Amino acid sequence: MLTYIARRLLVAIPTLLALIVVSFLLMEFAPGSPFATERGVPAEVLANLEREYGLDRSLIERMGIYVWNVVTQFDFGPSFVFTDRSVNELIAQGFPVTLTYGVWSFIVAVLVGVTLGAFAAIKHNSALDYAAVGITVGAQVLPNFVMAPILVLIFTLWLGWLPGGGWQGGQIEYVILPVIALSTSYMASIARITRSSMLETLNAGYVRTARAKGLPMRRVIFRHALKPAMLPVVSYLGPAFVGMITGSVVIDVFFSTGGIGQFFVNSALARDYSVILGITILFGALTIFFNLLVDVAYAWIDPKIRY
Amino acid sequence: MSDITTAETHLDPGLTEGKGRSLWADARRRFFRNKAAVASLAVLALVMLFAVFGQLLTPWSNEEIDWNLLGMIPQEGGPSLENRHFFGVDETGRDLYARVVQGTRISLAVGIVGALISVIVGTTYGAVAGYVGGKTDNAMMRFVDLMMSIPYMFVLILLLVIFSRSIVMLFVGIGMISWLDMARIARGQTLSIKNTEYVEAAQAIGVSTPTIIRRHIVPNLIGVVIVYATLLVPQMIIFESFISFLGLGVQEPSTSWGALINQGAANLRNGTPWMLGFPLAFFVVSLFALFFLGDGLRDALDPKDR
Amino acid sequence: MLRRTLLSMTSVAALGLGGPLLAADVPDDVTLADEQTFSYRMLDQFPTLDPQLNEETAGSHVIQQLFEGLMIQDDEGNLIPGVATGYEANEDNTEFTFTLREDARWSNGDSVTAQDFVYAWQRAATPATASPYAWYVELTGMENAAEIIAGNAEPDTLGVEAVDERTLRVTLTEPKPYFPAMTSYATLSPVHQATVEEFGDDWTDPENMVSNGAYVLEDVSLNEFWRASKNPEYWDAENVVIEEITGYIINDSSQALTRWEAGEFDLLEPIPAGSFPRLKEEYPDAAYSTPRLCSYYYQLNQRDDAPEALKDVKVRKALSYAVDREIITDRVLQGGQTPGYTFTHEATAGFEAPTIDYSGWTQAERDEAAQQLWEEAGSPELDLTLIYNTDESHRQIATIISQMWKQKLGVEVTLENMEWSTYLDVRKAGNFDVARSAWCGDYNEPSTFLNILKTDQEQNDGKWSNTEFDALMDQAATSDNPQAQYTEAEMILSNDMGIIPIYHYANVFMLDPTLQGFPMQNVENSWYVKDFYRVAEE
Repeated sequence: MLTYIARRLLVAIPTLLALIVVSFLLMEFAPGSPFATERGVPAEVLANLEREYGLDRSLIERMGIYVWNVVTQFDFGPSFVFTDRSVNELIAQGFPVTLTYGVWSFIVAVLVGVTLGAFAAIKHNSALDYAAVGITVGAQVLPNFVMAPILVLIFTLWLGWLPGGGWQGGQIEYVILPVIALSTSYMASIARITRSSMLETLNAGYVRTARAKGLPMRRVIFRHALKPAMLPVVSYLGPAFVGMITGSVVIDVFFSTGGIGQFFVNSALARDYSVILGITILFGALTIFFNLLVDVAYAWIDPKIRY
Repeated sequence: MSDITTAETHLDPGLTEGKGRSLWADARRRFFRNKAAVASLAVLALVMLFAVFGQLLTPWSNEEIDWNLLGMIPQEGGPSLENRHFFGVDETGRDLYARVVQGTRISLAVGIVGALISVIVGTTYGAVAGYVGGKTDNAMMRFVDLMMSIPYMFVLILLLVIFSRSIVMLFVGIGMISWLDMARIARGQTLSIKNTEYVEAAQAIGVSTPTIIRRHIVPNLIGVVIVYATLLVPQMIIFESFISFLGLGVQEPSTSWGALINQGAANLRNGTPWMLGFPLAFFVVSLFALFFLGDGLRDALDPKDR
Repeated sequence: MLRRTLLSMTSVAALGLGGPLLAADVPDDVTLADEQTFSYRMLDQFPTLDPQLNEETAGSHVIQQLFEGLMIQDDEGNLIPGVATGYEANEDNTEFTFTLREDARWSNGDSVTAQDFVYAWQRAATPATASPYAWYVELTGMENAAEIIAGNAEPDTLGVEAVDERTLRVTLTEPKPYFPAMTSYATLSPVHQATVEEFGDDWTDPENMVSNGAYVLEDVSLNEFWRASKNPEYWDAENVVIEEITGYIINDSSQALTRWEAGEFDLLEPIPAGSFPRLKEEYPDAAYSTPRLCSYYYQLNQRDDAPEALKDVKVRKALSYAVDREIITDRVLQGGQTPGYTFTHEATAGFEAPTIDYSGWTQAERDEAAQQLWEEAGSPELDLTLIYNTDESHRQIATIISQMWKQKLGVEVTLENMEWSTYLDVRKAGNFDVARSAWCGDYNEPSTFLNILKTDQEQNDGKWSNTEFDALMDQAATSDNPQAQYTEAEMILSNDMGIIPIYHYANVFMLDPTLQGFPMQNVENSWYVKDFYRVAEE
């Protein structure tokens, strides 16, 4: 197992390198420039800027220098747009925010989702089942860019209970609305996957046997049904977690949380190359890490899977 | 393909044509017993009819502006039979009914095409990777990791920008990323199927790898694939709406559910509830129906649930 | 206005008026609120607070509160003394000598000296700083600015010198009577040399920054908010009433409106398109619409590879006549914007608009003329590509104008919206037939608009070119009374329909009624929080 993990981590290096190359190529072909303004920048000023940011070098040179700085100094370079800040500083500011509400959303989504899904499956075809299915479907189809303004309308303008945005270092009242808006659709997905997977395991031979043997229902569910039923859920969780963190643009835009999603979209729109690269690598590393985590969890849940 | 089938009928006489057909007949019977699923199917059929023939019922096109209403849309622009704006008008005085018809076409197309690409490419890819295992699996899944760790937002912006914004580019962009999750899920499921007795038995008697994947792995993935695919159609539709939210969706005067909802939500406080209401209703009802249809299909196709 | 300002300023300087002007002018009969704070919504995060590196308005608004230039503006946009008490210009306006006030201090207690300005201005120009706004220094016309930016001269050759601690002398290469007005812009703010040198790029962090304005930076949380508090070292601190400023970054304009309505901040600007009528009704004492020096227009591509038909003045006129501007201002935007028939905003100081024939017609007359011109031009079959950058009101206007053209002239229009960077790229490359454009005046004078339509200007992406127009604008640059040239230039522009003017902006905003002192008359939307005060609620 340990060698497997080590090997996977080793493979991560070429993956990240490939990612850097692909990103460089994509940016090379993208129209627009980080220095473009409506007024137009005089040629000498542009030349100064390009020299300052090393854009006057060849693509290969730029890639080499970039990788070298990242590997030797963990330096992701200066931002092209936030002229007095480095990419490291921007990520250090935005990522903890995203991570905070991402983790909270993840916890909420998993707890509520698995519980709801499991109960719906156990009480298959009951009123509870139908209610759960209805709620999860409803929760899943409401886009969060519709839900976010409605939440603010209700909780901020009408009830006056919660602030309509901001972060303030992650005080609880600022975290609640983003977490609701972000976790709802993931919660619904998890509930649906859990339910469908539970239904399958509940009907599997070994669970029927266990029940026939007269084992208590609670024990059957926890020991025999829930754990194997988690397999598809677990494989959903990895991408879901990365998705919660990376796909949080809507949350950042609506709730002004200052998270990484906003940085990413803004930098993509402004062609802030180094920030795009830095966040891409961060996302890439996260994805690789969580996928590995999922595979390890797989082996733990289903001992028959060998690596 | 045909020689494989022969070889396989040879080896596996248990699975005859006749048995297969009755399996599907069983499934159909079970499906039609599920009222929610049948109702959903009817709803979706209606939505499809609306998308195809809805335009015939209105004199307005999706881009004509009703100059009489412009400037007093909150007061006069609501749904009305009199001026034939069945759903009212949007914030620029265009007929919302015609726009919903047109938006429905685009959104359904995006959802179905996206999910199809995802199912076909993703399942095959995942099943092969999971079954073959070893270095191949590793290489294939690292490729998926690589693809998944490319921020899709940027790829999409790039695609939509370089090749100019078009519905085809939207399909390509959505297709490119949508199969990745599917591949991972199919692979995960394959890993556990791979170790089941019947696969081990098939291996033992020397059935070829493509045949095992096709006959044993893929059919057993169907339950999960269908559940996930029905999650996917709405996801694709939601994804398209997200792209519209970022301002990168279809170009005016074309529209989609996402674009309509987004504009409706922006007018939430302007006293024009129909702008959000109608597109959102279509969106929600169709997605509801898709989900229940998926559930019905799952129950029907899952041979264990008898 | 600049010229007028110049006149009033020279007299001020001549009179030697150096006494402090009150920051916040609080009438005696008002009761001030206990809590003196001001908060506002920002659309986007400012990329930097370094005065020399900043290149956009969100940042310059903040820098304006934190740093004070030689000259600043009053609530009507007139130039008033800032760090300088006044200045003297030589005969031909090529040399300016500023006198700095004795009591100007940095937030760490150091005196603000002439050397601080010299350092800051050299810093803005030198290639080592790589400022995207270095061209502004060149624009001022200071000696050697262009050479320094190009790397052909040392930064210390810049045409600015500290004669002594309190005297700053500027040498220009050509007459620039409005040079003093240019010193109010962020780029020419002073910076504290020791701080910049000690902390490098980090000097703008709240814990390091030393500034000389009415406020000092307290906190910056990117994409969330920034906060500043009153600077006790500021020379006019006793007249600064507002103790704390907070700017909230809220991207989504509907969300911003909801939060304003919930009372989370004082100033919301701009408000979402089309919501002004409702807000004016619901909050009559908080909804404002004031003129704003920006013009909205469509550029028509006149390049070699553009459709031939667009080079026909009749086609251009027909397209312009067919645009019903009242529909756009009164029925779509609904925020006090005015129909545009000239490129220069009508509220621009000293602008005498010519009588544009079609501005007086009814729309029916315009449509008829449009159709007639169209037929005379041979009723060309046109499929025009109209580009605009992603924005709700640009989308609505493009939709409506494309329908006007389609219905009245039978022109097919393909709408292409793109995000800002791409839009700029496409526009600069000329890959369009019609391009949505807007221009905001850098200063309050007609040339800030008209100059950008000269043949060789960067912003003239349609490449409309008219030698008469160019000649007039060149004359105006050196003329003592250029009003006549401006009027004539507008006339030429209208007769040749080089662009299609659409509307003149209004600044549409919501402001908490207890907040007073906001400069309603400043058409450049430039404000200083030091002039504000909050009255107690009744």
